[in-house]
This record gives sequence, structure tokens and C-alpha cells, in this order.
Amino acid sequence: MLFLTRTLPFLFCFAFGVTGWAIYYIPHGWAQAVEREFALWLRLVYAFSYFLGLFSLLSLHWSKIRQRQAGWAYSLVVYISFGVMFLFVVYNDGSGPFAPQETTGPYQWVFTSVHVASSATMFSMLAFFISSAAYRTFRARTPEAAILLASAIVVMLGRVPIGAYISDVIPEAMQWLMSVPNMAAKRGILLGVSLGAIATSLRIIFGIERSYLGGGGD
Amino acid sequence: MWAGRDDLSKIASWIAVTGIVFSVAAGARGVDDVEAFDTPNDAGGSLTVTWPRADPGVATSYRVYVATAAEGPFQLATETATPGLKSAEPALFGYAEENEGFHVLHISGYDTGEGDERTSLQDDTQYFVRLGAQTASGEVLGPVASAVAGGNWFNSAKWNNVILAVGLSVVILFYISIARRKELFIRRIAGLEALDEALGRATEMGKSALFIHGLKGMDQISTIAAVNILGRVARRTARFDTDLRVANVDPVVMSVSQEVIKEAYLQEGRPDAYRPDSVFMAATEQFSYAAAVEGIMVRERPAAHIMMGYFYAESLLLAETGSTTGAIQIAGTDAYTQLPFFVTTCDYTLMGEELYAASAYLSKEPKLLGSLKGQDVGKALIIGLLLVGTALASFGVDYLTHLFAAL
Repeated sequence: MLFLTRTLPFLFCFAFGVTGWAIYYIPHGWAQAVEREFALWLRLVYAFSYFLGLFSLLSLHWSKIRQRQAGWAYSLVVYISFGVMFLFVVYNDGSGPFAPQETTGPYQWVFTSVHVASSATMFSMLAFFISSAAYRTFRARTPEAAILLASAIVVMLGRVPIGAYISDVIPEAMQWLMSVPNMAAKRGILLGVSLGAIATSLRIIFGIERSYLGGGGD
Repeated sequence: MWAGRDDLSKIASWIAVTGIVFSVAAGARGVDDVEAFDTPNDAGGSLTVTWPRADPGVATSYRVYVATAAEGPFQLATETATPGLKSAEPALFGYAEENEGFHVLHISGYDTGEGDERTSLQDDTQYFVRLGAQTASGEVLGPVASAVAGGNWFNSAKWNNVILAVGLSVVILFYISIARRKELFIRRIAGLEALDEALGRATEMGKSALFIHGLKGMDQISTIAAVNILGRVARRTARFDTDLRVANVDPVVMSVSQEVIKEAYLQEGRPDAYRPDSVFMAATEQFSYAAAVEGIMVRERPAAHIMMGYFYAESLLLAETGSTTGAIQIAGTDAYTQLPFFVTTCDYTLMGEELYAASAYLSKEPKLLGSLKGQDVGKALIIGLLLVGTALASFGVDYLTHLFAAL
């Protein structure tokens, strides 16, 4: 049992990790074919995993409806929406379930008019969230916060025409802030992230880090 | 006998035309030094043709002909008026100064001679190549060169990457071996120190802890790091008997998370406390996911929100909503564009590499801590190289810059 839950996953991880690493350096057609095969298998696994995801989603909302938990009516909406969309996909604007998905019809209409519109609404709320988060952050209570506030004012003014109207220096200062300190910080983070990714990969490939299997010391 | 003004003019014109034709033909003579060879660092099915750079205006265009026999028939493979230079392809030819003096063309197929049909070059087949320069006096053809196309087993442009990867790996593995023998100092990471506090608070309040995955799938290292952290968190919640809920946007990540938590509860001797439905799919789309998780935050009021992985625009939607519920929020991401949002709205933020270090830090295992130390030493080495490279580049010495260029 330990072999199946510990050793075999580790062996798979090691083999596929080392193969993936090697393929990065091998341009030969055979290596590329292996990579394509991996990608194909990944897509197959993902396709089946969506059934698990769907089962999880529906069972979660079913338990909410059954137990009449707070907001259970929204779970009912999930079921109704799922059923309606499923029927529309099968109908496929009259072409049936085995034809390629049509770009017109009720499924596309609901997707564009409800899903895309709802997503856009959520996204637009970000503007208000940014305002409230910025209000909290830009209170100059410490020297660091004061520097942040000053930089933010320069960048905000430099991004809009009124900044240049007040002074030509503001857009230039904004550009300097973005391309020197901001870029340096970004690259510093990226450097750390890249090394962290290498170290994590090594730990996993060589079996030093096994917490993704649920084990490891603590 | 003196020929008169008209005759003199004709002679002068003849000399001029002959001179131009001669000079054009001489200028196009670069085609005489044509070379054909298998394209380096490729998957196969391609040949590269190079020849000395001609003076501008000498040739209006160049044609490459291909045949499977030395005597022909030769078919057109490609025609261009603006062939590239070897110096523009350092991945294949390096940074030698003489590369500026050579044209280069890559061919992967040729006309069959039947309509618009073309045929691809096959590996392990000998092809004969002729270069033609279109000049004012007609086409000047070079000699026949031959080459065999084939795939390459190593991309020589990535030598620097191999050396760097192996070098860093050796440093990290060296420090792992050191860590087995002596204790290493690892700087304190506040966000991870606060994890026990957040879970303890959830336990005291009798509320759940909500773990929120980022948007990326299981093939991303940031998601693997998040799953590693989840394993550590699950062991603590199993020990504290705290309810742990995990929101997912990716079904594979959900399945892995379920297994990780199940195994963690088993290892803590609490398999009975594990509930499979505590790890659930919230949605598969970005903003649907954000809406679903925000709903959970507001309705169920978990005492701790732990957001780990790669986030996009939903980061602020989640973290700002979470902060209004009064929960302790710990976020970790390597998405530098989202870090300011998390720093603003969360109590603790793991920035960039700290996300990857978290699992090792929480485990306190010497081997894992050693890898962190090795990572830091690797970073110090790269910073040193960056400083030296910057100084050299400032003085016009590009050697180090070229050495580390990603090709």
C-alpha cells in the first residue's frame, strides 16, 4: 500500500520531472513528439477531471438545498442554470449534440447576455474596491506610507492629461518611477520567484518535498 | 582613324555599361561562396544557406533552389529581396563580429514544379542547393552545395541555461547536505509565523478556516507550492480540530487537494475528521469564482482566509471582501502585479519566493530548510553576476551580457 501511495507517485514525479527538464533542451522531433504526447494526456486528464468538478459543484449545492442552509435559493439557481445551459448545449441551435458547437442560438445568447455581462459587472466593481483599498493604504501614518502616497499621486497625475497641464515634470517623474524603482522591484521579485521555482522543483523531483502527497514532517 | 564625337560617345557608353555589368557580376560573386548545412538547434526538416554579404543594390533578390540530385532538376525553395544576416541570429551563430558579413536563409521545403504544391525537406536525405542572385544583367548562379537535414539532440543555444540550472542545483543540494549536519539560520517569515495564530483563532471562535486556491492549474509551480502549504495547514487543522474549507477553480487542483488533506488527516490520526465535501469546486470561471468565494466569506464568516497561488484581477475582490468580514487574512502569490492588492488588504502577505519557501519553512525539516539556504546563496551569486555584468556593460564590454542572454 505504501508503494502505491508513496513510492509510485514519487517515481512518476521523478521520471516525468527529469523528462520534462530534458525535453526543454532537446529540439529533436522525437522529443517534441513526446512533449506533444504529454500535453495530449494532460488534456485527457483535464477532460475527465471536469466530471469530478461538476460532481463536486452539484453535490455541494444539493446539500445546501437539502439542509435549507442560508442562501439555499442561490443553490437552486445553480441547478436551474445548469439544466437550462445543458439543454441549450445539447440542442446546439438545432444541430444536435454531436455537431460542432454553433456560434449562434440560445446557448451563445445566454452566455453573452448573462455570463459575460455578469463577469463584466464583477470586474467593474474592482474600481470601487481599488478606491477603498487605496484610501486605507494612502494614509500617511509612517514615512514609508508617506513615500507611497507621494509616489501614487505622481503616478496618477502623470497618467492623465491634467498632470502635464500642471507641469511637464510630472509625466517625466511618473515615467522615471515606473521604469526605475518600480521595474527594479519587479525584477527583484521575479529573480526570487525564478530561484524559488527552481528550488521547489528540485525538492519535488528528488522527493525531498513530499507534502503534495499529504505527508512530510511537521 | 578618328571616329568622331558620336562614336566616342558610343564607346564611352559601352565602357560604362560593361563596367557596371562587370561590377554587378563581381558584386554578386558572393554566391560562389555559398554554404549549406543542417539548421542547428532545430527539430529537423530544415537547411540553412549562408553566403558573403553583397554590396547593397548589387542584387535585387536572391533565390535558393533545391534538388535531390546534383545534376538537378533544381526547384525554387525560397526567394527574398532582403535576406537576413547571421548576426541577427545569435542563437544559431553566436556573437562573432564576422557574422555581420554573411547573409543567411533557412529552407524547409521547395516547389514541386506542379502548380502551387510544395514538398517539405525530409530528415536524413541529401539535398543539393544552388543560390541565385538576381542582378541587372540576369541571374548569377553559384555552385552546387549539399547538406543533409536532421533533428538535433541538444540546443546549443541553451548551454548557459544548463550550466546555470546545474550550478544552482548543485548549490541547493550542497546546502541540503550541510543542513543534515548543522542547524542553519533561516530568517523569520511573519506571514507563516501568523499561520498558527490564524488557525488558533479559528479554533477558539469555533469557525472554519477558508483556503483559497489561485486560478492556475496543477501544471504551475505556484499551484504546487500552494498545495504544499495546504498539506501543512491541513495537518494543523486536523490537530486543532478546526473545520477547513478549500475553494477551487480547477478540478485537477481540487482532486489533488482532496487527497492531500485526506492524507494529512490520516497522518495526524484523525481520518474521521476529514470531510471530502470540504474541498469543493466553487466555479471554473474567474469572476464566477470570485463571486462564489465572496459569498462564502460573507455568509459563513470564516475566521481565517488563506489565499495561496497565482491570482489575477480577482485578488482584490477576494481580499477586500475578506477584510470587511474581520477575518485574519494571509495571502501568498508570485504574481507581482497582484502583490500590492494583497499587501493593502491582508494582514500578512508572502511575496514571490516566500510562497515557495512556505512549505519548507513550516515543516522545519533540515533538508527542506537547507534548500532555502541554497536558494538564498544562489540568489546572492546571481546578484553578484548582475552587478559585475552591469559594470562591464557600462564600459561597453558585452561578454557577460551575451553569456547570460536567453536565446
